[in-house]
Amino acid sequence: MTQNRSNTNVLTRSRQTIGSGTQRVRDWWAKAPRWARWSAYVAFIVGALLLPASAIGSFMTPQSDWATVLFYPIGVYIALAIGLNVVVGYAGLLDLGYVAFFAIGGYAMAVLGTMWGWNFWEILLVGVLLTSVSGLILGAPTLRLRGDYLAIVTLGFGEIVRISAQNTDAIGGPRGIAGIPHPPNLSDLEIFGIRPLRYGLLDPRPYYYLLVFLIVLTIIFVKRLENSRVGRSWAAIREDEDAAELMGVPTFRYKLAAFAMGAAIGGAVGVVWAAKAISIIPANFPFFLSATILAAVVLGGSGNIPGVMLGAFLIAWLPERFRVFQDYRVLLFGAALVLMMALRPEGIWPSRRRQAELAEGSGGMGALGAEVGGPGGELEAEARTPETGR
Amino acid sequence: MLEGFLTQFWPATVDGLSLGAIYALVALGYTMVYGVLRLINFAHSEVFMIGTVAALFTLTTLGIPGQLGGLALIGMLLLIAVVAIVASGGTAVALEYIAYRPLRKRGGSRLAALISAIGASLFLQQLFALIVIPRLFQLPQQGGRLPVQAPPWVKRSDVITIGDFVVRNDKLLVVVAAVLMMVALDQFVNRTNLGRGIRATAQSPENAVLMGVNIDRIITATFAIGGAMAGVAGALYLMRFEETNYFVGFLLGIKAFTAAVLGGIGNLRGALVGGFVLGLIEMYGSALFGSEWQHVVAFVVLVLVLMFRPTGILGESLQQARA
Repeated sequence: MTQNRSNTNVLTRSRQTIGSGTQRVRDWWAKAPRWARWSAYVAFIVGALLLPASAIGSFMTPQSDWATVLFYPIGVYIALAIGLNVVVGYAGLLDLGYVAFFAIGGYAMAVLGTMWGWNFWEILLVGVLLTSVSGLILGAPTLRLRGDYLAIVTLGFGEIVRISAQNTDAIGGPRGIAGIPHPPNLSDLEIFGIRPLRYGLLDPRPYYYLLVFLIVLTIIFVKRLENSRVGRSWAAIREDEDAAELMGVPTFRYKLAAFAMGAAIGGAVGVVWAAKAISIIPANFPFFLSATILAAVVLGGSGNIPGVMLGAFLIAWLPERFRVFQDYRVLLFGAALVLMMALRPEGIWPSRRRQAELAEGSGGMGALGAEVGGPGGELEAEARTPETGR
Repeated sequence: MLEGFLTQFWPATVDGLSLGAIYALVALGYTMVYGVLRLINFAHSEVFMIGTVAALFTLTTLGIPGQLGGLALIGMLLLIAVVAIVASGGTAVALEYIAYRPLRKRGGSRLAALISAIGASLFLQQLFALIVIPRLFQLPQQGGRLPVQAPPWVKRSDVITIGDFVVRNDKLLVVVAAVLMMVALDQFVNRTNLGRGIRATAQSPENAVLMGVNIDRIITATFAIGGAMAGVAGALYLMRFEETNYFVGFLLGIKAFTAAVLGGIGNLRGALVGGFVLGLIEMYGSALFGSEWQHVVAFVVLVLVLMFRPTGILGESLQQARA
């Protein structure tokens, strides 16, 4: 125990020194004039567009095609992490079956595209609707439960979707669906030798640009939500659901909204991914993918979009760059999750609010039971009364 | 469909009870830890997996002269169960020390604890798939991802035959062993000092501390007991199915948690009832819809129970005398 304590002390000290530096940058950013922020945003988008260049790729992933890796896993993980962040980071609900929505989006693309001959853009819309409805269907009975039950039920839902896809012969059973159409060409416009709007078989870059477009759109959408009445309600629910309810926040409705929105984003990513993948099988959607995206959100800093994107990027990129670790990837994620929770539960790059919440033991399902003394003593006593049960 | 169900009714009942007994033993670990800490010990499924691996390792190291039946089988089962208890109980306690205690000491949120549990679960699975199973059973080529078979060591025979109702010796043994463990645990929690401490902590940690209960000791004991039960379940599983793999705990763990919720989480007797009920529902479900839907049936049951009776069949009386 004493060993443990001295560790934390070293850690707190180093954290404070690093913290004061990042705080200064954050203060500057919060006060920066509008043009400075906008030029930073534009610089990021231009950077994202230039990213597939082979000069960068030869350094980032020498063993595999950089543009392909940029689409999957990096881009897909980032988009999924932004979606899961709405559920876990904003509303404080633990969803262990997020891959189910990705799968429903993927299967929507595959079924509607191959069997009904629909166009990609139509399917994207329908897929988003379909997954948000499935989010509502899953959420309506389960979101009244306490947080940890929700985690298990969502895990079960993820498995139900995968096993059902495997057992249903109408959608290919375990062999899945092949021959999924690509999106139609928008134009043959050529810039610097790339045709960014022509979705063919060989060049992954147009798909990457499509994903970047989707991600930028999602970020704007989610960011606007975060600063709205909805976002404030989510923060209130996350910090203390009973207090939020007493203050007149319709908690159930907002939790459902978070669930549906996260699901819709996951579904959209699924549609885009399937449009490039040509064929999908149920084994593409294992529980590990849910766990990986969760790890990305938590390690990056749940509740903070740049942090979450950084987490997803690291989790997708490191195993590609260092192939030696490929086998040990999940092992290392697991260890990293345990370590992170013990040492820095707020993640690499957290939002300030989240950091404060996690430091005092609120911010997601209340404090741990059977705890006496320590910094969060009073909070837990409240959290453990049988009536609230959370 | 119905005709098929009727012909399979008695075999499904027997299979359901023997499967449910294993669920019940694993469910005890979830239910005890939840009762005391209000935490879903997500890594408990790996505690069970380690129990099966330890039991299998004991078997292969000792070497089996032939298929065992009768008393020799029971003796061997006791032996591998003891090893599995030590391995699983040790793992559970180590988990408490490494993954949960630092969070508890800092007053971390339950979301953080659950994520830590998931991390520990992934870590243990991969540790066994990549390193432990290949080393223990000398499988450098195939690696640790494929199922590892035990030498056929159980001589299976029918002990009870009443018409369609046929009970094989290993299935009977699983049910009897599970019920015995259950009764022993129930007596332990209700009669001993340590058991009273566990009940007191489940009821109110603050007051338990005021009454002189050492909470850290109680929590360690809770994890150890839950782990030991998972170890017994591991040994029984190995007798019943004669193989294991690194992933065996994943589905079984979720099922066991379902069983715990079904019976009323935090309630020891509820875990037994929930285990048997879930085992029966699963087997009847797969008799009706086909065995590929077995897992889906279990998950649907979980969702339905949580919707309509989240306190479970016997209620969540973790604070009451049932502990």
